[in-house]
Amino acid sequence: MITNILYRFVKYVGELTLLFGMTMYHIFTPPVKMYRVLSQAKRIGPGSFLIAALVAFFIGMIMALQMEYLLLEISDDIYIPSVVAVSLTRELAPVLTALIVAGRIGAGITAEIGSMTVTEQVDALRAFAVNPVKYLVVPRFLGLVIMLPILTVFADLVGIMGGFVICVYKLYISPTLYFTMVTEALTVKDIVTGLTKTICFGAIIALVGCHQGLNVQSGAEGVGRSTTTAVVISFILIIIADCFFTTLFYFILRV
Amino acid sequence: MIEIKDLCKTFGNNIVLKDLTLTINDGETKVVIGRSGVGKSVFLKNIVGILRPDSGSIKINGQEATELSERDYNKFRMEMGMVFQGGALFDSLNVAENVSFVLDEFMQLDKKIVRDRVEESLGLVGLQGIEEMMPSELSGGMKKRVSLARALCMKPQMIFYDEPTTGVDPITADAINNLIIDLGRKLQVTSIVVTHDMNSAYKVADSIAMFYHGRVIAEGGPDEIRNTRHPVVKQFIHGEAHGPITDNENLIYGHSH
Ligand SMILES: Nc1ncnc2c1ncn2[C@@H]1O[C@H](COP(=O)(O)OP(=O)(O)OP(=O)(O)O)[C@@H](O)[C@H]1O
Ligand SMILES: [Mg+2]
Repeated sequence: MITNILYRFVKYVGELTLLFGMTMYHIFTPPVKMYRVLSQAKRIGPGSFLIAALVAFFIGMIMALQMEYLLLEISDDIYIPSVVAVSLTRELAPVLTALIVAGRIGAGITAEIGSMTVTEQVDALRAFAVNPVKYLVVPRFLGLVIMLPILTVFADLVGIMGGFVICVYKLYISPTLYFTMVTEALTVKDIVTGLTKTICFGAIIALVGCHQGLNVQSGAEGVGRSTTTAVVISFILIIIADCFFTTLFYFILRV
Repeated sequence: MIEIKDLCKTFGNNIVLKDLTLTINDGETKVVIGRSGVGKSVFLKNIVGILRPDSGSIKINGQEATELSERDYNKFRMEMGMVFQGGALFDSLNVAENVSFVLDEFMQLDKKIVRDRVEESLGLVGLQGIEEMMPSELSGGMKKRVSLARALCMKPQMIFYDEPTTGVDPITADAINNLIIDLGRKLQVTSIVVTHDMNSAYKVADSIAMFYHGRVIAEGGPDEIRNTRHPVVKQFIHGEAHGPITDNENLIYGHSH
Protein backbone atom coordinates (compact mmCIF):
# COMPACT_ATOMS: atom_id res chain seq x y z
CA MET A 1 0.00 0.00 0.00
CA ILE A 2 2.58 2.56 1.15
CA THR A 3 5.10 1.31 -1.39
CA ASN A 4 2.45 1.58 -4.06
CA ILE A 5 1.72 5.20 -3.22
CA LEU A 6 5.42 5.95 -3.03
CA TYR A 7 5.98 4.27 -6.38
CA ARG A 8 3.22 6.29 -8.01
CA PHE A 9 4.50 9.49 -6.47
CA VAL A 10 8.03 8.88 -7.72
CA LYS A 11 6.72 7.94 -11.16
CA TYR A 12 4.61 11.07 -11.30
CA VAL A 13 7.47 13.31 -10.27
CA GLY A 14 9.56 11.56 -12.91
CA GLU A 15 7.00 12.36 -15.58
CA LEU A 16 6.83 15.96 -14.44
CA THR A 17 10.61 16.21 -14.55
CA LEU A 18 10.55 14.88 -18.09
CA LEU A 19 7.95 17.45 -19.08
CA PHE A 20 10.06 20.10 -17.34
CA GLY A 21 13.08 19.01 -19.35
CA MET A 22 11.18 19.21 -22.62
CA THR A 23 9.77 22.59 -21.65
CA MET A 24 13.26 23.94 -20.90
CA TYR A 25 14.52 22.52 -24.17
CA HIS A 26 11.82 24.32 -26.11
CA ILE A 27 12.28 27.55 -24.19
CA PHE A 28 15.88 27.66 -25.33
CA THR A 29 15.31 26.56 -28.92
CA PRO A 30 14.03 29.46 -30.97
CA PRO A 31 11.62 30.64 -32.09
CA VAL A 32 9.70 31.27 -28.90
CA LYS A 33 6.66 33.36 -29.70
CA MET A 34 6.59 36.01 -26.99
CA TYR A 35 3.09 37.20 -27.80
CA ARG A 36 1.82 33.79 -26.77
CA VAL A 37 3.57 34.08 -23.41
CA LEU A 38 2.12 37.55 -22.96
CA SER A 39 -1.39 36.44 -23.77
CA GLN A 40 -1.09 33.68 -21.18
CA ALA A 41 0.33 36.11 -18.63
CA LYS A 42 -2.61 38.40 -19.30
CA ARG A 43 -5.02 35.58 -18.55
CA ILE A 44 -3.27 34.71 -15.32
CA GLY A 45 -2.55 38.15 -13.93
CA PRO A 46 -5.43 40.60 -13.74
CA GLY A 47 -8.05 38.10 -12.66
CA SER A 48 -5.91 36.82 -9.83
CA PHE A 49 -4.90 40.19 -8.34
CA LEU A 50 -8.15 40.85 -6.56
CA ILE A 51 -8.53 37.48 -4.89
CA ALA A 52 -4.81 37.36 -4.00
CA ALA A 53 -5.09 40.85 -2.51
CA LEU A 54 -8.20 39.97 -0.57
CA VAL A 55 -6.62 36.90 0.98
CA ALA A 56 -3.33 38.64 1.71
CA PHE A 57 -5.08 41.60 3.32
CA PHE A 58 -7.05 39.43 5.70
CA ILE A 59 -4.08 37.23 6.46
CA GLY A 60 -2.12 40.38 7.36
CA MET A 61 -4.90 41.42 9.72
CA ILE A 62 -5.29 37.97 11.22
CA MET A 63 -1.54 37.69 11.77
CA ALA A 64 -1.46 41.00 13.59
CA LEU A 65 -4.39 40.03 15.79
CA GLN A 66 -2.97 36.61 16.60
CA MET A 67 0.41 38.10 17.42
CA GLU A 68 -1.21 40.56 19.73
CA TYR A 69 -2.92 37.71 21.56
CA LEU A 70 0.36 35.80 21.78
CA LEU A 71 2.53 38.70 22.77
CA LEU A 72 0.06 40.10 25.28
CA GLU A 73 1.91 38.51 28.17
CA ILE A 74 5.31 39.72 27.09
CA SER A 75 3.68 42.98 26.07
CA ASP A 76 5.90 43.66 23.14
CA ASP A 77 3.35 44.90 20.62
CA ILE A 78 6.10 46.81 18.98
CA TYR A 79 7.43 43.67 17.26
CA ILE A 80 4.14 42.79 15.64
CA PRO A 81 4.84 44.71 12.42
CA SER A 82 8.16 42.92 12.03
CA VAL A 83 6.66 39.49 12.55
CA VAL A 84 3.82 40.19 10.16
CA ALA A 85 6.12 41.51 7.45
CA VAL A 86 8.72 38.77 7.69
CA SER A 87 6.34 35.83 7.88
CA LEU A 88 4.27 37.23 5.06
CA THR A 89 7.12 37.74 2.64
CA ARG A 90 9.01 34.59 3.52
CA GLU A 91 6.17 32.18 3.84
CA LEU A 92 2.53 33.12 3.81
CA ALA A 93 2.15 35.30 0.76
CA PRO A 94 4.11 32.98 -1.57
CA VAL A 95 2.28 29.84 -0.45
CA LEU A 96 -1.22 31.30 -0.26
CA THR A 97 -0.89 33.07 -3.59
CA ALA A 98 0.41 29.88 -5.16
CA LEU A 99 -2.51 27.90 -3.78
CA ILE A 100 -5.00 30.45 -5.07
CA VAL A 101 -3.41 30.45 -8.50
CA ALA A 102 -3.26 26.64 -8.54
CA GLY A 103 -7.00 26.57 -7.92
CA ARG A 104 -7.85 29.33 -10.36
CA ILE A 105 -5.33 28.94 -13.16
CA GLY A 106 -3.95 25.42 -12.80
CA ALA A 107 -7.43 23.94 -12.99
CA GLY A 108 -8.20 26.11 -15.99
CA ILE A 109 -5.07 24.96 -17.79
CA THR A 110 -5.98 21.31 -17.27
CA ALA A 111 -9.53 21.82 -18.41
CA GLU A 112 -8.45 23.70 -21.52
CA ILE A 113 -5.65 21.37 -22.60
CA GLY A 114 -7.68 18.36 -21.52
CA SER A 115 -10.56 19.26 -23.79
CA MET A 116 -8.08 19.86 -26.60
CA THR A 117 -6.72 16.38 -25.99
CA VAL A 118 -10.08 14.63 -26.11
CA THR A 119 -11.19 16.49 -29.24
CA GLU A 120 -7.97 15.49 -31.01
CA GLN A 121 -6.71 19.06 -31.21
CA VAL A 122 -3.44 17.99 -29.63
CA ASP A 123 -3.16 15.23 -32.23
CA ALA A 124 -3.88 17.82 -34.89
CA LEU A 125 -1.03 19.97 -33.60
CA ARG A 126 1.34 17.06 -33.95
CA ALA A 127 -0.03 16.16 -37.38
CA PHE A 128 0.81 19.71 -38.48
CA ALA A 129 4.37 19.30 -37.21
CA VAL A 130 3.80 21.56 -34.20
CA ASN A 131 5.14 20.31 -30.92
CA PRO A 132 2.40 20.45 -28.25
CA VAL A 133 4.95 21.19 -25.54
CA LYS A 134 6.23 24.19 -27.43
CA TYR A 135 2.81 25.40 -28.44
CA LEU A 136 0.83 24.73 -25.28
CA VAL A 137 3.16 24.17 -22.33
CA VAL A 138 5.91 26.75 -22.88
CA PRO A 139 3.65 29.85 -22.96
CA ARG A 140 1.74 28.73 -19.87
CA PHE A 141 4.92 27.81 -18.05
CA LEU A 142 6.59 31.15 -18.77
CA GLY A 143 3.37 33.03 -18.09
CA LEU A 144 3.06 31.52 -14.63
CA VAL A 145 6.74 31.75 -13.77
CA ILE A 146 6.62 35.46 -14.63
CA MET A 147 3.24 36.34 -13.15
CA LEU A 148 3.32 34.45 -9.87
CA PRO A 149 6.28 36.44 -8.42
CA ILE A 150 4.59 39.68 -9.45
CA LEU A 151 1.37 38.59 -7.80
CA THR A 152 3.29 37.59 -4.70
CA VAL A 153 5.08 40.93 -4.36
CA PHE A 154 1.70 42.56 -4.65
CA ALA A 155 0.28 40.20 -2.02
CA ASP A 156 3.23 41.02 0.26
CA LEU A 157 2.41 44.70 0.07
CA VAL A 158 -1.32 44.25 0.58
CA GLY A 159 -0.71 41.87 3.47
CA ILE A 160 1.50 44.40 5.17
CA MET A 161 -1.30 46.92 4.74
CA GLY A 162 -3.63 44.45 6.43
CA GLY A 163 -1.29 44.34 9.38
CA PHE A 164 -1.14 48.12 9.28
CA VAL A 165 -4.88 48.44 9.74
CA ILE A 166 -4.86 46.36 12.94
CA CYS A 167 -1.65 47.78 14.34
CA VAL A 168 -2.61 51.39 13.80
CA TYR A 169 -6.32 51.33 14.55
CA LYS A 170 -6.48 48.68 17.23
CA LEU A 171 -3.06 48.58 18.82
CA TYR A 172 -2.41 52.29 18.42
CA ILE A 173 1.06 51.94 16.96
CA SER A 174 1.83 55.09 15.02
CA PRO A 175 1.89 54.69 11.22
CA THR A 176 5.50 55.87 10.92
CA LEU A 177 6.60 53.46 13.59
CA TYR A 178 4.75 50.65 11.80
CA PHE A 179 6.61 51.24 8.57
CA THR A 180 9.92 51.77 10.35
CA MET A 181 9.53 48.42 12.08
CA VAL A 182 8.53 46.73 8.82
CA THR A 183 11.44 48.09 6.80
CA GLU A 184 13.91 47.39 9.55
CA ALA A 185 12.83 43.80 9.92
CA LEU A 186 12.62 43.03 6.23
CA THR A 187 15.86 42.26 4.50
CA VAL A 188 16.56 41.57 0.87
CA LYS A 189 17.06 37.91 1.58
CA ASP A 190 13.51 37.58 2.94
CA ILE A 191 12.14 38.91 -0.29
CA VAL A 192 14.54 36.86 -2.42
CA THR A 193 13.79 33.58 -0.66
CA GLY A 194 10.08 34.29 -0.91
CA LEU A 195 10.31 34.94 -4.61
CA THR A 196 12.58 31.97 -5.33
CA LYS A 197 9.92 29.73 -3.90
CA THR A 198 7.33 31.47 -5.97
CA ILE A 199 9.12 30.77 -9.23
CA CYS A 200 9.22 27.11 -8.32
CA PHE A 201 5.53 27.12 -7.35
CA GLY A 202 4.66 28.71 -10.68
CA ALA A 203 6.55 25.96 -12.49
CA ILE A 204 4.74 23.30 -10.45
CA ILE A 205 1.32 24.74 -11.22
CA ALA A 206 2.04 25.00 -14.95
CA LEU A 207 3.66 21.59 -15.28
CA VAL A 208 1.01 19.73 -13.25
CA GLY A 209 -1.79 21.54 -15.07
CA CYS A 210 -0.37 20.79 -18.51
CA HIS A 211 0.63 17.24 -17.66
CA GLN A 212 -2.86 16.39 -16.42
CA GLY A 213 -4.40 18.03 -19.46
CA LEU A 214 -2.21 16.24 -21.98
CA ASN A 215 -2.86 12.89 -20.31
CA VAL A 216 -6.63 13.00 -20.09
CA GLN A 217 -7.88 9.54 -20.88
CA SER A 218 -11.49 9.66 -21.86
CA GLY A 219 -14.05 12.27 -22.69
CA ALA A 220 -15.61 15.04 -20.66
CA GLU A 221 -15.66 12.94 -17.52
CA GLY A 222 -11.91 12.41 -17.85
CA VAL A 223 -11.37 16.16 -18.19
CA GLY A 224 -13.32 16.76 -15.00
CA ARG A 225 -11.40 14.12 -13.11
CA SER A 226 -8.04 15.37 -14.35
CA THR A 227 -8.90 18.92 -13.37
CA THR A 228 -9.68 17.90 -9.81
CA THR A 229 -6.55 15.80 -9.64
CA ALA A 230 -4.44 18.64 -11.00
CA VAL A 231 -5.51 20.94 -8.17
CA VAL A 232 -4.94 18.30 -5.51
CA ILE A 233 -1.51 17.37 -6.85
CA SER A 234 -0.48 21.01 -7.22
CA PHE A 235 -1.46 21.67 -3.60
CA ILE A 236 0.51 18.70 -2.35
CA LEU A 237 3.59 19.48 -4.41
CA ILE A 238 3.51 23.16 -3.47
CA ILE A 239 3.42 22.32 0.23
CA ILE A 240 6.19 19.74 -0.14
CA ALA A 241 8.30 22.16 -2.16
CA ASP A 242 7.70 24.86 0.41
CA CYS A 243 8.85 22.61 3.21
CA PHE A 244 11.90 21.70 1.16
CA PHE A 245 12.80 25.31 0.43
CA THR A 246 12.28 26.46 3.98
CA THR A 247 14.61 23.72 5.18
CA LEU A 248 17.10 24.53 2.47
CA PHE A 249 17.15 28.27 3.09
CA TYR A 250 16.99 28.27 6.82
CA PHE A 251 18.92 25.22 7.94
CA ILE A 252 21.35 24.63 5.12
CA LEU A 253 22.06 27.95 3.45
CA ARG A 254 21.33 29.83 6.68
CA VAL A 255 19.56 32.71 5.00
CA MET B 1 4.74 6.71 -52.37
CA ILE B 2 3.55 5.23 -49.11
CA GLU B 3 4.32 1.58 -48.49
CA ILE B 4 2.84 -0.08 -45.44
CA LYS B 5 3.95 -3.57 -44.62
CA ASP B 6 2.80 -5.92 -41.87
CA LEU B 7 1.55 -3.08 -39.74
CA CYS B 8 0.37 -4.14 -36.28
CA LYS B 9 -1.32 -1.98 -33.69
CA THR B 10 -2.99 -3.08 -30.49
CA PHE B 11 -4.52 -1.17 -27.60
CA GLY B 12 -4.29 -3.37 -24.54
CA ASN B 13 -6.13 -6.53 -25.52
CA ASN B 14 -7.77 -4.89 -28.49
CA ILE B 15 -5.98 -6.00 -31.65
CA VAL B 16 -6.84 -3.32 -34.17
CA LEU B 17 -4.41 -3.69 -37.07
CA LYS B 18 -2.87 -7.06 -37.71
CA ASP B 19 -0.23 -7.45 -40.44
CA LEU B 20 -1.82 -4.85 -42.62
CA THR B 21 -0.12 -4.33 -45.97
CA LEU B 22 -1.03 -1.59 -48.41
CA THR B 23 0.78 0.53 -50.97
CA ILE B 24 -0.33 3.95 -52.15
CA ASN B 25 1.44 5.16 -55.27
CA ASP B 26 2.34 8.75 -56.03
CA GLY B 27 -0.67 10.67 -57.21
CA GLU B 28 -2.99 7.81 -56.41
CA THR B 29 -6.26 8.21 -54.52
CA LYS B 30 -6.76 5.19 -52.33
CA VAL B 31 -10.14 4.79 -50.72
CA VAL B 32 -10.28 2.79 -47.51
CA ILE B 33 -13.56 1.25 -46.49
CA GLY B 34 -14.47 -1.01 -43.62
CA ARG B 35 -16.79 -1.30 -40.69
CA SER B 36 -16.89 1.14 -37.87
CA GLY B 37 -14.13 0.36 -35.40
CA VAL B 38 -12.06 -1.67 -37.82
CA GLY B 39 -9.17 0.74 -37.40
CA LYS B 40 -9.33 3.11 -40.34
CA SER B 41 -8.66 6.21 -38.27
CA VAL B 42 -5.96 4.38 -36.34
CA PHE B 43 -4.39 3.46 -39.67
CA LEU B 44 -4.23 7.09 -40.79
CA LYS B 45 -2.86 8.20 -37.43
CA ASN B 46 -0.10 5.63 -37.74
CA ILE B 47 0.94 7.05 -41.09
CA VAL B 48 0.98 10.61 -39.76
CA GLY B 49 2.96 9.37 -36.77
CA ILE B 50 0.49 10.47 -34.10
CA LEU B 51 0.25 6.82 -33.11
CA ARG B 52 3.24 4.56 -33.43
CA PRO B 53 2.79 0.98 -34.64
CA ASP B 54 3.73 -1.97 -32.46
CA SER B 55 5.51 -3.56 -35.39
CA GLY B 56 5.69 -3.42 -39.15
CA SER B 57 7.03 -0.89 -41.54
CA ILE B 58 5.80 2.37 -42.99
CA LYS B 59 7.91 3.71 -45.84
CA ILE B 60 7.21 7.22 -47.02
CA ASN B 61 8.93 8.10 -50.28
CA GLY B 62 11.24 5.19 -49.72
CA GLN B 63 12.27 6.18 -46.20
CA GLU B 64 11.37 4.14 -43.16
CA ALA B 65 9.27 6.31 -40.87
CA THR B 66 8.43 4.10 -37.90
CA GLU B 67 11.80 4.54 -36.23
CA LEU B 68 11.95 8.29 -36.65
CA SER B 69 11.97 10.64 -33.70
CA GLU B 70 9.12 13.08 -33.30
CA ARG B 71 11.31 15.84 -34.69
CA ASP B 72 12.48 13.95 -37.77
CA TYR B 73 8.92 12.91 -38.46
CA ASN B 74 7.99 16.55 -38.82
CA LYS B 75 9.86 16.66 -42.11
CA PHE B 76 7.22 14.29 -43.51
CA ARG B 77 4.39 15.98 -41.71
CA MET B 78 5.16 19.22 -43.49
CA GLU B 79 4.14 17.39 -46.66
CA MET B 80 1.04 15.83 -45.14
CA GLY B 81 -2.40 17.29 -44.67
CA MET B 82 -4.80 15.50 -42.39
CA VAL B 83 -8.54 16.00 -42.18
CA PHE B 84 -9.60 14.57 -38.85
CA GLN B 85 -12.82 12.65 -38.50
CA GLY B 86 -14.07 15.08 -35.87
CA GLY B 87 -12.60 18.15 -37.54
CA ALA B 88 -10.21 18.85 -34.66
CA LEU B 89 -10.33 22.59 -35.25
CA PHE B 90 -8.44 24.64 -32.69
CA ASP B 91 -11.27 26.18 -30.74
CA SER B 92 -9.28 29.09 -29.38
CA LEU B 93 -8.59 30.29 -32.92
CA ASN B 94 -11.08 31.69 -35.42
CA VAL B 95 -11.67 30.12 -38.81
CA ALA B 96 -9.05 32.18 -40.64
CA GLU B 97 -6.42 31.44 -37.99
CA ASN B 98 -7.29 27.76 -38.13
CA VAL B 99 -6.93 27.63 -41.88
CA SER B 100 -3.67 29.56 -41.93
CA PHE B 101 -2.33 27.69 -38.91
CA VAL B 102 0.60 26.03 -40.62
CA LEU B 103 1.48 29.14 -42.60
CA ASP B 104 1.49 31.26 -39.45
CA GLU B 105 3.48 28.70 -37.57
CA PHE B 106 6.26 28.01 -40.05
CA MET B 107 6.38 30.73 -42.67
CA GLN B 108 6.93 34.42 -42.39
CA LEU B 109 4.49 35.47 -45.06
CA ASP B 110 2.94 38.77 -45.81
CA LYS B 111 -0.46 39.25 -44.15
CA LYS B 112 -2.07 39.89 -47.51
CA ILE B 113 -0.70 36.66 -49.00
CA VAL B 114 -1.94 34.68 -46.01
CA ARG B 115 -5.36 36.26 -46.29
CA ASP B 116 -5.57 35.35 -49.96
CA ARG B 117 -4.48 31.78 -49.31
CA VAL B 118 -7.11 31.44 -46.58
CA GLU B 119 -9.80 32.83 -48.85
CA GLU B 120 -8.72 30.55 -51.67
CA SER B 121 -8.71 27.44 -49.45
CA LEU B 122 -12.11 28.24 -47.98
CA GLY B 123 -13.38 28.89 -51.49
CA LEU B 124 -12.29 25.43 -52.57
CA VAL B 125 -14.59 23.88 -49.96
CA GLY B 126 -17.41 26.27 -50.77
CA LEU B 127 -17.18 28.56 -47.78
CA GLN B 128 -16.86 32.32 -47.70
CA GLY B 129 -17.23 35.21 -45.32
CA ILE B 130 -16.81 33.09 -42.20
CA GLU B 131 -13.17 34.00 -41.53
CA GLU B 132 -13.96 35.76 -38.26
CA MET B 133 -16.23 33.09 -36.82
CA MET B 134 -15.13 30.78 -34.03
CA PRO B 135 -15.34 26.99 -34.49
CA SER B 136 -18.05 26.78 -31.81
CA GLU B 137 -20.28 28.93 -34.02
CA LEU B 138 -20.07 26.58 -37.01
CA SER B 139 -22.32 23.71 -37.99
CA GLY B 140 -20.89 20.19 -38.04
CA GLY B 141 -20.54 20.11 -41.80
CA MET B 142 -18.92 23.54 -41.86
CA LYS B 143 -16.36 22.38 -39.31
CA LYS B 144 -15.53 19.45 -41.53
CA ARG B 145 -15.00 21.75 -44.49
CA VAL B 146 -12.90 24.24 -42.53
CA SER B 147 -10.81 21.30 -41.42
CA LEU B 148 -10.42 20.33 -45.07
CA ALA B 149 -9.49 23.90 -45.97
CA ARG B 150 -6.88 23.88 -43.22
CA ALA B 151 -5.28 20.80 -44.73
CA LEU B 152 -5.38 22.30 -48.24
CA CYS B 153 -3.94 25.64 -47.21
CA MET B 154 -0.48 24.19 -46.69
CA LYS B 155 -0.54 22.68 -50.18
CA PRO B 156 0.60 19.24 -49.06
CA GLN B 157 1.92 16.44 -51.24
CA MET B 158 -0.14 13.87 -49.37
CA ILE B 159 -3.62 14.32 -47.94
CA PHE B 160 -5.40 11.94 -45.61
CA TYR B 161 -9.12 12.42 -45.42
CA ASP B 162 -10.96 10.80 -42.54
CA GLU B 163 -14.57 10.75 -43.74
CA PRO B 164 -14.51 14.11 -45.55
CA THR B 165 -18.12 13.91 -46.70
CA THR B 166 -19.79 12.62 -43.55
CA GLY B 167 -22.20 15.15 -42.12
CA VAL B 168 -22.05 17.27 -45.26
CA ASP B 169 -25.08 17.86 -47.50
CA PRO B 170 -25.16 15.89 -50.79
CA ILE B 171 -24.39 18.87 -52.99
CA THR B 172 -21.37 19.93 -50.99
CA ALA B 173 -20.34 16.30 -50.68
CA ASP B 174 -20.22 16.05 -54.44
CA ALA B 175 -18.17 19.23 -54.64
CA ILE B 176 -15.73 17.75 -52.13
CA ASN B 177 -15.53 14.58 -54.22
CA ASN B 178 -14.67 16.66 -57.25
CA LEU B 179 -12.09 18.54 -55.24
CA ILE B 180 -10.43 15.29 -54.17
CA ILE B 181 -10.37 14.10 -57.78
CA ASP B 182 -8.94 17.40 -58.99
CA LEU B 183 -6.20 17.41 -56.39
CA GLY B 184 -5.18 13.94 -57.47
CA ARG B 185 -5.37 14.53 -61.21
CA LYS B 186 -4.05 18.06 -61.49
CA LEU B 187 -1.65 18.35 -58.60
CA GLN B 188 -0.62 14.71 -58.32
CA VAL B 189 -1.52 14.70 -54.64
CA THR B 190 -1.28 11.28 -53.03
CA SER B 191 -4.42 10.71 -50.99
CA ILE B 192 -6.02 8.24 -48.70
CA VAL B 193 -9.75 8.70 -48.29
CA VAL B 194 -11.56 6.92 -45.51
CA THR B 195 -15.25 6.89 -46.18
CA HIS B 196 -18.51 5.09 -45.50
CA ASP B 197 -20.15 6.70 -48.50
CA MET B 198 -19.90 4.13 -51.29
CA ASN B 199 -20.97 6.56 -54.02
CA SER B 200 -18.17 8.86 -53.04
CA ALA B 201 -15.79 5.90 -52.86
CA TYR B 202 -16.55 4.76 -56.41
CA LYS B 203 -16.31 8.29 -57.67
CA VAL B 204 -12.98 9.41 -56.23
CA ALA B 205 -11.06 6.15 -56.01
CA ASP B 206 -8.24 5.02 -58.21
CA SER B 207 -8.34 1.97 -56.05
CA ILE B 208 -10.37 0.79 -53.08
CA ALA B 209 -9.11 -1.27 -50.16
CA MET B 210 -11.41 -2.91 -47.69
CA PHE B 211 -10.23 -3.46 -44.12
CA TYR B 212 -11.56 -6.43 -42.21
CA HIS B 213 -10.26 -7.81 -38.94
CA GLY B 214 -7.15 -5.68 -39.08
CA ARG B 215 -6.19 -6.65 -42.62
CA VAL B 216 -6.88 -5.66 -46.20
CA ILE B 217 -9.19 -8.37 -47.48
CA ALA B 218 -9.89 -6.92 -50.88
CA GLU B 219 -8.26 -4.33 -53.05
CA GLY B 220 -9.03 -3.20 -56.57
CA GLY B 221 -10.39 -0.53 -58.86
CA PRO B 222 -13.91 0.82 -58.27
CA ASP B 223 -15.43 -1.50 -60.84
CA GLU B 224 -13.66 -4.54 -59.51
CA ILE B 225 -14.97 -3.82 -56.03
CA ARG B 226 -18.44 -3.00 -57.25
CA ASN B 227 -18.70 -6.32 -59.05
CA THR B 228 -16.86 -8.38 -56.49
CA ARG B 229 -17.86 -11.92 -55.67
CA HIS B 230 -16.15 -11.83 -52.30
CA PRO B 231 -19.04 -12.47 -49.89
CA VAL B 232 -17.72 -10.21 -47.13
CA VAL B 233 -17.05 -7.30 -49.44
CA LYS B 234 -20.35 -7.84 -51.16
CA GLN B 235 -22.28 -7.67 -47.93
CA PHE B 236 -20.42 -4.54 -46.90
CA ILE B 237 -20.77 -2.51 -50.07
CA HIS B 238 -24.42 -3.35 -50.39
CA GLY B 239 -24.98 -2.56 -46.76
CA GLU B 240 -26.86 -5.72 -45.85
CA ALA B 241 -27.55 -6.60 -42.24
CA HIS B 242 -27.32 -10.31 -42.99
CA GLY B 243 -24.27 -12.02 -44.37
CA PRO B 244 -20.89 -13.46 -43.48
CA ILE B 245 -19.73 -10.38 -41.55
CA THR B 246 -22.66 -10.42 -39.15
CA ASP B 247 -23.20 -14.18 -38.95
CA ASN B 248 -21.53 -14.47 -35.59
CA GLU B 249 -22.92 -11.25 -34.25
CA ASN B 250 -26.12 -10.75 -32.40
CA LEU B 251 -27.14 -7.52 -34.01
CA ILE B 252 -30.00 -5.88 -32.22
CA TYR B 253 -31.61 -5.04 -35.51
CA GLY B 254 -31.06 -8.33 -37.26
CA HIS B 255 -31.01 -11.41 -35.07
CA SER B 256 -28.61 -13.92 -36.44
CA HIS B 257 -30.25 -17.24 -36.96
N1 LIG C 1 -6.36 6.10 -28.47
C1 LIG C 1 -6.95 4.89 -28.40
N2 LIG C 1 -6.82 4.15 -27.29
C2 LIG C 1 -7.39 2.93 -27.21
N3 LIG C 1 -8.12 2.37 -28.18
C3 LIG C 1 -8.28 3.05 -29.32
C4 LIG C 1 -7.71 4.35 -29.49
N4 LIG C 1 -8.03 4.80 -30.72
C5 LIG C 1 -8.77 3.84 -31.28
N5 LIG C 1 -8.93 2.79 -30.46
C6 LIG C 1 -9.64 1.54 -30.77
O1 LIG C 1 -9.24 1.12 -32.04
C7 LIG C 1 -10.33 0.59 -32.76
C8 LIG C 1 -10.41 1.24 -34.11
O2 LIG C 1 -10.76 2.59 -33.97
P1 LIG C 1 -10.86 3.58 -35.21
O3 LIG C 1 -11.19 4.91 -34.67
O4 LIG C 1 -9.66 3.46 -36.05
O5 LIG C 1 -12.11 3.00 -36.00
P2 LIG C 1 -12.64 3.45 -37.42
O6 LIG C 1 -12.39 2.33 -38.35
O7 LIG C 1 -12.07 4.76 -37.78
O8 LIG C 1 -14.18 3.56 -37.14
P3 LIG C 1 -15.22 4.68 -37.64
O9 LIG C 1 -15.60 4.27 -39.01
O10 LIG C 1 -16.35 4.55 -36.70
O11 LIG C 1 -14.53 5.98 -37.58
C9 LIG C 1 -11.56 0.80 -31.91
O12 LIG C 1 -11.89 -0.45 -31.35
C10 LIG C 1 -11.13 1.73 -30.82
O13 LIG C 1 -11.71 1.35 -29.62
MG1 LIG D 1 -12.68 6.65 -37.85
